[in-house]
Amino acid sequence: MYWSLIIYAGVITFVTRFSMIFLLKKDILNDRAKKILSFVPAAIFPAIIFPPIFLDSAGSLDLEGNPQILATIFAIIVGYFSKNIIATIFSGLISYWILIFLFNF
Amino acid sequence: MNNKLKTLVKGIIDVSPLMIPVIPFGIIYGVIGMDLGIGPYMTLGLSIIIFGGASQIVLLQLFSGGASSLVILSSVGAVNARHVLYGAVLSEHLSTLKLSWKIILSYVMTDQAFAVSNNYFKKNNKDKNYHYHLLGSGFTCWSIWQISTILGIVLGSVVPEELGLSFTISLTFLALLISDFRKFKNIIIMLVSGIVATIGYNTIPFKAYIIVAALSALIVAVLLTLTDSKKR
Repeated sequence: MYWSLIIYAGVITFVTRFSMIFLLKKDILNDRAKKILSFVPAAIFPAIIFPPIFLDSAGSLDLEGNPQILATIFAIIVGYFSKNIIATIFSGLISYWILIFLFNF
Repeated sequence: MNNKLKTLVKGIIDVSPLMIPVIPFGIIYGVIGMDLGIGPYMTLGLSIIIFGGASQIVLLQLFSGGASSLVILSSVGAVNARHVLYGAVLSEHLSTLKLSWKIILSYVMTDQAFAVSNNYFKKNNKDKNYHYHLLGSGFTCWSIWQISTILGIVLGSVVPEELGLSFTISLTFLALLISDFRKFKNIIIMLVSGIVATIGYNTIPFKAYIIVAALSALIVAVLLTLTDSKKR
């Protein structure tokens, strides 16, 4: 590993974060662009959420007897009704532990 | 408590529950760095200079696999490309700040800090010191990431793998979307993003599946809102 590689990677990462904040001026975006951008969390987070849940460590689809899918469904139900971030995270984690430790999923 | 400090503390509090998986993730990262033999200084150096968990692990994996610098840097760029969209969303609120503020806030902008501070900005547009919220949430992420990296370097794998704490990464991002569950369009967009990412995980090069999935979902968002305006 070289420090130069780390610094290049750091610069690239910083540019991804800084570019739009630096370039876009206030009110440059019209209402329609703002509307589309309001979907950014919904467009990005599932791409982080889905693969580790549905794919096994070898990267193939794992749908049968997958405790993470069941725990995620439970967390979605809790999240839907409670609208509470902490309740959603812990209901998913605790139901996952119950499934793997008590029911040996 | 003055208003700036209040907003800063609010940012720290809002992001705190999302730090639960960051700690084991940072420890895992520290352990991987040591296992690959790059030493404690470079392992921590990556966390400070890049400050992006997934991209750091991708960088280490590719480096240990003997990938060329060009492939490594392209992959880091692809994994972090989602920040460009976060920046576009936040620019509306941050564009009037001084350059020094923009630089500092860009450096600490992570998924979690973006999510909670973007919500705060939308709800509190009268707060003059709103940017202190992102400062608080961002530096909380930063501190937790550095501390957990050091824990991984010093202690090794102290978190038992059986606890499945990597699953909490998915759960925290899921928790960030709870307000979207009630909106039909958002559900469609979420499904498109998730399905494209799952299919693309192994097939899209340079680990670019996240940004490809996000752009696919945004194209669907454009189409869905197109019919919106026609109805009006």
